[in-house]
Amino acid sequence: MAENFEKAIREICEQNANDHTRMMDIVREVQQRFGQVSSEAMDVIADAVNSHRVEVESVVSFYSFLSEKQKGKFVIRLCNDVIDKMQGVDKVAQAFQEELGINFGESTADGKFTLEWTPCIGMCDQAPAALVNDKMITRLSSDSAREIVKTLLENEDENRLTHMIGDGNNANPLVNSMVNNNIREEGPVIFAELEAGKAIHKALAMSAVEVIRDVKTARLRGRGGAGFPTGMKWEFTRGADGDEKVVICNADEGEPGTFKDRVVLTEKPDLMFEGMTIAGYAIGAQTGVVYLRGEYAYLRSYLENILAERRNANLLGNNILGKEGFNFDIRIQMGAGAYICGEETALISSCEGLRGDPKNRPPFPAQKGYLTLPTSVNNVETFCCVAQIVDKGAGWFAEMGSKGSSGTKLLSISGDCIRPGVYELPFGIVISDMLEKAGAVDAYAVQIGGPSGQLIGKADFNRTICYDDVATGGAVMIFNKDRNPLEIAHEFMEFFCEESCGYCTPCRAGNELIKERLEVIMRGEGTPEDLTYLEQLGNTVAVSSRCGLGQTSPNPVLTSLKNFRGEYEKLVKENKDGMQRTFDIHKALATGEELQGRKSVIYAD
Amino acid sequence: MSDKIKFTIDGVEIEATPGQTIMQAADEAGVYIPRLCAHKDLLPFGSCRVCTVMVNDRPQAACTQPASQGMYVESETEELRQIRTNLVEMLFVEGNHYCPFCEKSGNCELQALGYRLGMLAPKYPYMFNKHDVDASHPDIYIDHNRCILCARCVRSSKELDGKNVFQFVGRGIHKKIAFNSDTNLAATNVSVTDKAIENCPVGAILTKGVGYAVPIGKRMYDSQPIGSDIEARKATEK
Repeated sequence: MAENFEKAIREICEQNANDHTRMMDIVREVQQRFGQVSSEAMDVIADAVNSHRVEVESVVSFYSFLSEKQKGKFVIRLCNDVIDKMQGVDKVAQAFQEELGINFGESTADGKFTLEWTPCIGMCDQAPAALVNDKMITRLSSDSAREIVKTLLENEDENRLTHMIGDGNNANPLVNSMVNNNIREEGPVIFAELEAGKAIHKALAMSAVEVIRDVKTARLRGRGGAGFPTGMKWEFTRGADGDEKVVICNADEGEPGTFKDRVVLTEKPDLMFEGMTIAGYAIGAQTGVVYLRGEYAYLRSYLENILAERRNANLLGNNILGKEGFNFDIRIQMGAGAYICGEETALISSCEGLRGDPKNRPPFPAQKGYLTLPTSVNNVETFCCVAQIVDKGAGWFAEMGSKGSSGTKLLSISGDCIRPGVYELPFGIVISDMLEKAGAVDAYAVQIGGPSGQLIGKADFNRTICYDDVATGGAVMIFNKDRNPLEIAHEFMEFFCEESCGYCTPCRAGNELIKERLEVIMRGEGTPEDLTYLEQLGNTVAVSSRCGLGQTSPNPVLTSLKNFRGEYEKLVKENKDGMQRTFDIHKALATGEELQGRKSVIYAD
Repeated sequence: MSDKIKFTIDGVEIEATPGQTIMQAADEAGVYIPRLCAHKDLLPFGSCRVCTVMVNDRPQAACTQPASQGMYVESETEELRQIRTNLVEMLFVEGNHYCPFCEKSGNCELQALGYRLGMLAPKYPYMFNKHDVDASHPDIYIDHNRCILCARCVRSSKELDGKNVFQFVGRGIHKKIAFNSDTNLAATNVSVTDKAIENCPVGAILTKGVGYAVPIGKRMYDSQPIGSDIEARKATEK
């Protein structure tokens, strides 16, 4: 038995060439086969790939989808982001708990089920949603939750859970998912038709430098949120020392409220791969990697199949479309449940088989990225734009949008609106127009750019979506008057605390402290000084954090304090008697009273 | 030496050789920038963020940011002093630091930095996080309560000792130091003479049998604040 176990683990390592940089693939496979990466497995893996046990443990303990402890045959991960909560996930959660007889974070005694919470899985427009192993289940109710448990008990097969099939390529046999695209508005860039290979053909007729020039002329900026000029990034990567270079596609969208890349991956993967290949040509790269978030594993075989088709059509591989010496191929790297891996240097760490810790900059990825090779990391949507720019011209692209932000932007809109889903809208659109399109008739607060963005109120609805005004990676969450901005901010702070990698002090400890004080205020125990405290603490975290996660993590509190200060002021009270308002004498005495078996006479009530 | 880089810290002109970080150049020039995770024998890490400075008005860690020609660095501003104090206070409330009876008291870099920055009681509430201790090794004692996650042990073991005894596990507030064994520290190849043991800035890794060896008054930071050795370089230059 033990021998077989060791043999199986060694086989998995061998399939990955005993290469420690493929650690993610190894531990993912072990997790899938055995429901855990046990202590024994860690020893075997470390030995096989010539690493150290503690290094394997370090990786396994980092990612939510990996576990040293045994998980059930069916892992139910219920999404607990703010939108799911608004859509009644608590009732769904209760139904799962009752049916399974366990709490969240526990497994059933028979080893069949594990029940867990998970942050946003990219289904805010069809919430509440859950993952059952790799299977995506949307629009849950307490009834369907009970049905799921029943079906799994009867059939022991999560594939039997999908009754209704979603629209578009969700119905493709390789996807076979109940997910819906909910494409509400198709624009001229991402959703425009483009025959596979056409843009590559045009690119190959130009020099690499000319391709980069076109991308610069189009004034394309990164669509992931940071907005760095794509052409410049490519130019740096192309100009960096070294013959071997890498193109990475960031398909790790994990910002709560974002799901536009999921729709692109489902409906426009060819366009994305086309853009990546053009990037490979422009930069002089041979290797392409798509870092696909673990939650989207259900799209993997579908995407692999498209890659195979593209290889057959000589759109990937050697001497692409007859261009002597242009060799480029793409592999898919699966993530394993860590929001931080959407940060480009953390993503690179993860691709290298490490914990998803961000790296120190400099060196920038363009100089030394994946396995120290010059690397350009770009967003799913950015690559799609590139393919269309090459096909239809830089001028065509630059004419769309606003002055500093050319082209269109994909927005994932969810929350209190009639038409949640994906919208391709020109940059520069006024927020109130966007809300009208989505059917948000009574919007009170709008979170733009996800938790790391800003929570704005009516006073800002006349502003525009673009890099120079209200920037966003694509997430728009709408809240009506019944929602409490403090509760929204609290949800997001919980998210950041959960997802902080813990590398640097301000993000690791500071976010916990922000959350603590916010809770004090929400309990009605805060004083006006607590608002200043939060601003100063938030500023320290934002200024001194090492990467974008920590630099933006105080935003939920800082922007709600700015735009919804009245909501905070309603809850805080002047401290007139000089006593700490968080101090409760009865609570403080409780342990002592219990030990003594009698109540305090002085503090009787 | 025309390839020298020149830049300023708080208006003082500093010379650096290409490849040096701001902190390395500042140290040589006798300008002390507070730090905890940085160590002269180890590669820059940038985790404690105490050395945050403003470089051309943008925050950067002095320990990881390379010096470049003409850069304008601010270090001892009111805002940065406050941020540093806040970071040190965060470390104090995140862990459980019992200075009065800690063996490292007086020789502890965290405590010394608290003094230098004029910190009294932390303004943040103590988290009282639960941490383990590991006393399995005959010569070494590990107390996670006092760990500030600076990774000096992780890096020293790799870079200086040629071993791989320590590494981080978990993430966020649950991140902690783990050992290269499935049981405890005693099961690793760590030795009490390892640099990993010596380079711990706080009382998280201690050598057994030597507690309170130096009397109060004679400890490292009893008479001079932390950073005085670096600042003394400036004095001798003059």
